[in-house]
Amino acid sequence: MKIFERFLHIDRRIIFVLIFIGVALPLIWTLGFNLEVTENVESVYNLMEELEPGTRILISFDYGPSTKPEIQPMAIALMEQAFTNRIRIIAIALWPMGVQMCNEAFEKVSAEYPNIEYGIDFINLGYKVGGMVTINHMAKDFRSTFPTDGGGNPIDEFPIMKGIKNFDKLGCVISLSAGDPGLKQWVMIAHDTFGKPVGGGTTAVQAPIMLAYVNEQQQLIGLLGGLKGAAEYELLINKPGFATKGMDAQSVAHLIIIIFILIGNIGYFATRKKDTMKS
Amino acid sequence: MEILMHRIGIWIGVFLTFAIFSFLYKDNPFYKIAEQIFIGISAGYWFIYTIYNILIPNLFVPVTTDFAHNFILLIPAFLGILMLCRLIPSIDWVSRYALAVVVGTTAGLFFKRYLQSDVLNQLTATMLNPFASSNAAQIIGELILIIGTITGIVYFFFSKKHEGAFGTTARVGIYFLMVSFGAAFGYTVMARISLLIGRLNFLLGDWLGIIKP
Repeated sequence: MKIFERFLHIDRRIIFVLIFIGVALPLIWTLGFNLEVTENVESVYNLMEELEPGTRILISFDYGPSTKPEIQPMAIALMEQAFTNRIRIIAIALWPMGVQMCNEAFEKVSAEYPNIEYGIDFINLGYKVGGMVTINHMAKDFRSTFPTDGGGNPIDEFPIMKGIKNFDKLGCVISLSAGDPGLKQWVMIAHDTFGKPVGGGTTAVQAPIMLAYVNEQQQLIGLLGGLKGAAEYELLINKPGFATKGMDAQSVAHLIIIIFILIGNIGYFATRKKDTMKS
Repeated sequence: MEILMHRIGIWIGVFLTFAIFSFLYKDNPFYKIAEQIFIGISAGYWFIYTIYNILIPNLFVPVTTDFAHNFILLIPAFLGILMLCRLIPSIDWVSRYALAVVVGTTAGLFFKRYLQSDVLNQLTATMLNPFASSNAAQIIGELILIIGTITGIVYFFFSKKHEGAFGTTARVGIYFLMVSFGAAFGYTVMARISLLIGRLNFLLGDWLGIIKP
């Protein structure tokens, strides 16, 4: 029985070390666990695939460095798909650091697409404070909400912005979101008020909340939830990247956590039985 | 020079990463240093960011370049100044007026949006005929959705004692809630491990060069 009591008092630092090793090793030596694409992720992929070449979409970068490992792979995968299909991207940020996240993703992806030109195929309009109010204002008067791009140049100078007065000429809206303001506000305004298809990606923490909007009403067309969502998207566009590599480490870490949950429960039930017999 | 600065940046990142991780062993001066640096830099960064990316482009530039069309911006600017009165104890009550405007407009703006998106559309999405589909898995899924929604709502109805058939329904609702908590826990674990993966990718890739970043 002593061993069961030990199960209940495992030093948590042992768990930390095992998790650390369990995450580090698969990053060095790839294990290649199978990954299956879920319907929610495929819906976002199909939404993008169905757009005609030349269509303009809006991607909102509503996250910062603290959630970069989860969301940046989504941004890169979405940009790659868009540029492959000649879809043009209008990027904005409802989070201040979203601007840098967008620039980093564009810098990485544009290196592989030398024909992509800033102002024609892509534009970064920068950060705007206000959250839901800003989205609402954009839907009514896009140009007064973002009179210039992130560098301070008037948007009239860029061909990609020609004719954009509200959401009407956008193929869809994608929000990559780590909280508020983010995907929920886009659903509320862009879809529920103005009827624009909205897709998105969120951190894993936010995913269970946002999944409720992927419903019959199609408030959200689909959702990329956390690193797994990003890995599935990389699989769909056939360009394995950081997320795919990270999923091996993720799986091993989950396995270790499950084992410790089982050990804890076995210890708990075994000692409880002993206590009951004693009493 | 650029490469040198890049290397220094990586070493600072490595030191701070290990300093924060050291808290997992126990609280120590390295962790405290990293924590204080983070707080100080965050405060300074946001202060400058607010001035250059919010106040200057949204207030100072419009008001100074085209006052006739932008004088209305002085109202939110005035409310902002009222908010700062919190810093002076003798007149801190003045900030409540600005706060009242914020609370009032937020409530008014959000009420309709939330009612539409979180109540009406969500309810409509649950009002479906589960037997309309020929796919057995879809029928079962939609039945679970309907039962889960109804029993979950019943659980939160506290005006009647949870006993008899009503209590049983509420109990089923608890099970659905437990499943949703479990799913949320699983997703949270995934999120935290993802952050660790990001850090280890930095340590093993950018710093040690063992893996391709």
